[in-house]
Amino acid sequence: MNARKRRRLAFVTAILLGGAGAAALVVAALKDNVLYFYSPSDVYAKHVAAGVAFRIGGLVEKHSVHKGRGTEIRFAVTDGQKDVPVDFKGVLPALFREGQGVVAAGRLNSSGLFEADQVLAKHDEKYMPPEVVDALKRSGHWKGGG
Amino acid sequence: MSDFFGQGGYAGYVLPAYAISAFALALLVVWTLGAYRKAKARLKNIGAP
Amino acid sequence: MSFLFEFANPKRFMELSGALLPWLATAAALALIAGLVLGFGTPPDYQQGDTVRIMFVHVPAAWIAMMAYGLMALASIVGLVNRHPLADLAAACAAPLGAVFTALGLVTGSLWGKPMWGAWWVWDGRLTSFLLLLFLYLGYIALRGAFDDETRAARAAAILAIVGAVNLPIIEFSVQWWTTLHQGESILRKGGPAIAPVFLWPLLFMALGYTFLFFTLWMLRMRTAILDRRARTLMLRGAQ
Repeated sequence: MNARKRRRLAFVTAILLGGAGAAALVVAALKDNVLYFYSPSDVYAKHVAAGVAFRIGGLVEKHSVHKGRGTEIRFAVTDGQKDVPVDFKGVLPALFREGQGVVAAGRLNSSGLFEADQVLAKHDEKYMPPEVVDALKRSGHWKGGG
Repeated sequence: MSDFFGQGGYAGYVLPAYAISAFALALLVVWTLGAYRKAKARLKNIGAP
Repeated sequence: MSFLFEFANPKRFMELSGALLPWLATAAALALIAGLVLGFGTPPDYQQGDTVRIMFVHVPAAWIAMMAYGLMALASIVGLVNRHPLADLAAACAAPLGAVFTALGLVTGSLWGKPMWGAWWVWDGRLTSFLLLLFLYLGYIALRGAFDDETRAARAAAILAIVGAVNLPIIEFSVQWWTTLHQGESILRKGGPAIAPVFLWPLLFMALGYTFLFFTLWMLRMRTAILDRRARTLMLRGAQ
């Protein structure tokens, strides 16, 4: 390797390291802002004030869904440790059901109820035909929710 | 066939996803082949060996 | 002497790619046909119903979008360090292809997100970093076009391509580092793939088809660029 080539290689290494360093700094600075949602445990730990907009994510707690008047619905979002009650009026995604992942955007009111403007479904990375799920459930190997 | 056009009620999302993908890739193939043929013809016109 | 040496490599490339192209194109067509037949023959997913089929066009497009960028960045490094005549050409030819695959990944993802998540678009870590990939491709193409001098254009664009490569691990690990609406990794995951074989096979065939198609188009574009350059050289020589 001649001197010129070595110099160019050093240049490329420098821009790669510089780019990676800059990206790491940006990512570290953004930290919490890059999080798409907070878990119920986060919400308790951070003592989020009422009226501050954020997203909460977790599973729809089993037996927590109560239909109100019209499209109003109340349910609890849980992460297994803590849960937060959510109130929502509007169109639910097709995947919304008890035990299913959910992300709600809105704010806490003064009594600790999360008033959501939007509810999105979050599904996991598993893909299976229904028969396989039935077979897994029958044999007791089913670990998922729903 | 009704299964194919029904897609369990999600035809409005599944079929456009395939249609757009097929259209874009076909266009990419046509564009790339067209440029290749043009380049070949140009070289021939100049009288390259 | 150095002129001869430089000409030799593109010439060898023309021979090699000329022999390979028909095979690659055939393999692409066969894999895509197999993928489509298998893909429309699957049962619906237990949760996502028939929208699971969007995976067979969404995931391969996203994979190729990232692979193409990785190849473009690698070619840019070789072009910058070794000044190999083919390397810069390879990087330039990959960019528009990568941009199309990235756009397809975004559009098909949107068509999948609406019925399943309930939103066409969200600003989570995965989607945002993938949108950045499209802007990197477009920026690369724009930068190349902004210079009159080809060598300078190549050098500036190569630097952008290399710096932008930092985004690739960010896309890949975004679903692990942050909470996102996009689900986690299905295939390269601890404990093996979380996709039933009936969905995995069409996905693999479509991914193979997309890969072969990308390499076919990439080679064709490189051949076109080499022919164009040869024509330009001949015209210049004729004008003298």
